Amino acid sequence: MQALVIVAHGSHLNPDSSTPTYEHADTVRAVGAFDEVKTGFWKEEPSLREVLRTVESDDVYVVPFFVSEGYFTEEVIPRELRLDGWDVADWDSDGTSADHAVYTAADTGQRVHYCGPVGTHDSMTDVIVRRAESITGDPNVGDGFGLAVVGHGTERNENSAKAIEYHAERVRERGRFDEVQALYMDEEPEVDDVADYFESEDVVVVPLFVADGYHTQEDIPEDMGLTDDYRKGYDVPAEVDGHRIWYAGAVGTEPLMADVILERARDAGADVGDAVEVVRERTRKTEAAASGSSAAGD
Amino acid sequence: MAELAEVDDEQFAALKSAAEEGVQFDGLYAHYGREDYDRDPDAYAFGSPAGEHTKLDAEAFREAAESAPRYVSNWYYWERVVEGHGTPRRAFLRWLEGAPSDMRDESGLGVEDRYERLAAGTSREWGQLLVRTTVGDRGHRRYEVRHVDDEGAPLDDLDVHESPLDAREVAKYDPKGRYRPLKTAPSLQRGWAFTDLDGRDLYECVDAFYPATVANWYREREGALDVTHWEETAERQTGIYDVIDELDAEAVERIAATCCVDSQCLKRRQWDHDEDDEIDVPRGDGLFPCREPCSLVVAAARKWTTLEREESHSYEFELTPSEKEQLEELVDAVADNRVDEIREADVYEGANRYRTRYLREKLFDEDGNLAGVATERE
Ligand code: SF4
Repeated sequence: MQALVIVAHGSHLNPDSSTPTYEHADTVRAVGAFDEVKTGFWKEEPSLREVLRTVESDDVYVVPFFVSEGYFTEEVIPRELRLDGWDVADWDSDGTSADHAVYTAADTGQRVHYCGPVGTHDSMTDVIVRRAESITGDPNVGDGFGLAVVGHGTERNENSAKAIEYHAERVRERGRFDEVQALYMDEEPEVDDVADYFESEDVVVVPLFVADGYHTQEDIPEDMGLTDDYRKGYDVPAEVDGHRIWYAGAVGTEPLMADVILERARDAGADVGDAVEVVRERTRKTEAAASGSSAAGD
Repeated sequence: MAELAEVDDEQFAALKSAAEEGVQFDGLYAHYGREDYDRDPDAYAFGSPAGEHTKLDAEAFREAAESAPRYVSNWYYWERVVEGHGTPRRAFLRWLEGAPSDMRDESGLGVEDRYERLAAGTSREWGQLLVRTTVGDRGHRRYEVRHVDDEGAPLDDLDVHESPLDAREVAKYDPKGRYRPLKTAPSLQRGWAFTDLDGRDLYECVDAFYPATVANWYREREGALDVTHWEETAERQTGIYDVIDELDAEAVERIAATCCVDSQCLKRRQWDHDEDDEIDVPRGDGLFPCREPCSLVVAAARKWTTLEREESHSYEFELTPSEKEQLEELVDAVADNRVDEIREADVYEGANRYRTRYLREKLFDEDGNLAGVATERE
């Protein structure tokens, strides 16, 4: 038997923090590629300490629902899961290239295939583009549009900026959008000045965050001038200094994220059959519904 | 014979083929071939507490099975539907209907007794959950989950769910619509039911309400609960929680009394300061154990660590006896979550809103300082 365990941060305060994790877990569960699909959290339950014992499978694929490699993926998660002999060098990563490594969980004896975070997987680039399609309601969006990928800067985590730059570059290479720019919350180029970095009138702004919360719902909308008070919400698109800003909210809420999770597990050796293709197709269908959620607020 | 059969054909076929290996389960015995000297090498044997039949040909074997149909369907349910020997799920499902553990020597109800009880529905509590087990067609158990306080409520009055994972949403908010960050807090809302679940879905449902509680309960009854005590948890922390190992034993005891008693959490605290240093606070009467300080406690401990770093100062206030008592009542009301119960006009309660506003008018200066005395900070 094989199990998929998605591990995420969660929150003691924000009831919606876990929602994307649950939704993607449900999508993967529905395709039946795994005998068991579970979620575990740093701040919610089951905790990272106890999630492995909630599945019966001997082989457990653990996919961190985090945007970048760093403190959580390299220190907290392996420690809390009790991965025997964990060594970050086993990932042999340059900061965005972690793939997977196999360990035994000290408390349960399960074989744990510990994967790199969703945020640095190549297919994440597709999700960013899909997010742009969802928020504009245009499956061919690109022509005449700029796209900004937004993240924390290096202040909190050097690899976080690397992941942003990595995907921005990959979207740029595809040549689909007129301009592509990485922007940051706490360093240059700053998201506050979004209008200065684009010639295009229309700019899609996609924050590389796994869940909506304080940063994506309060900070960034106010910093960009979409609204002077996040509680009042904002328009999509919103006029800012002669640009139409299509603010997408956290990319992690995009249904296609389920595909990234699956691909992470598949890359680590999980037998997922044709689930990747099925999920790609199914999440396209739910996209119309997803793009309805625009303005944040309460 | 066949049209009168109580034993399902598929189940009988499964038993017949299992008999070749030999079946011994919950009082049922079925065997094919020679096992000892007085048995016929080409015959079946079938036994249950109702009697033993030996030297049976295939037809007589079927007839013997028909004499104890419950034993057959019971075997099929546990060995072909539930399976999962040595899993918390199986142990929990067996516990729900009072069956003996099949892992250990343990007494429990026999098959006939269980079927009688299952026919009427048999219930067990798990935290604030009431799990009711019934036996449906062909011995398959069906499970229903609802709030313990909704025990007698007609289903029509409840929000009925079929998907066990809906439990995540039900468990997310308390009756006042506030987020529940601790799943085992005794603050589950009422008014819902999960019906017609099979064993797997039941386990999924219970695990969504109270994650990992069944797994840890199981480990505990198998004598294998891996308790992690405060000291080890505190020392393991890094980042912003690195500081919590500063807290002294008394503060840790206060934390256990604050967060882990039955009024706040339904888990039974099994962790102590360390293995040799028990915390002198009631552990609670919960069915399922708490094996380690949870993330909520760790996060709160971080705040208490910084608060405990402060030195105390002497302040001088003038309070009437009733004002002093009112402050005490206020603290009690908040700590015991009674604020909402105090009626608007009940000015006899110290934590009444008008009483409190009056006290503030009288005692606080415009900067919010009690009795006009400034807070001293270094
Ligand atoms: S540490 Fe355990 S007993 Fe205490 S509040 Fe957390 S879960 Fe409950």
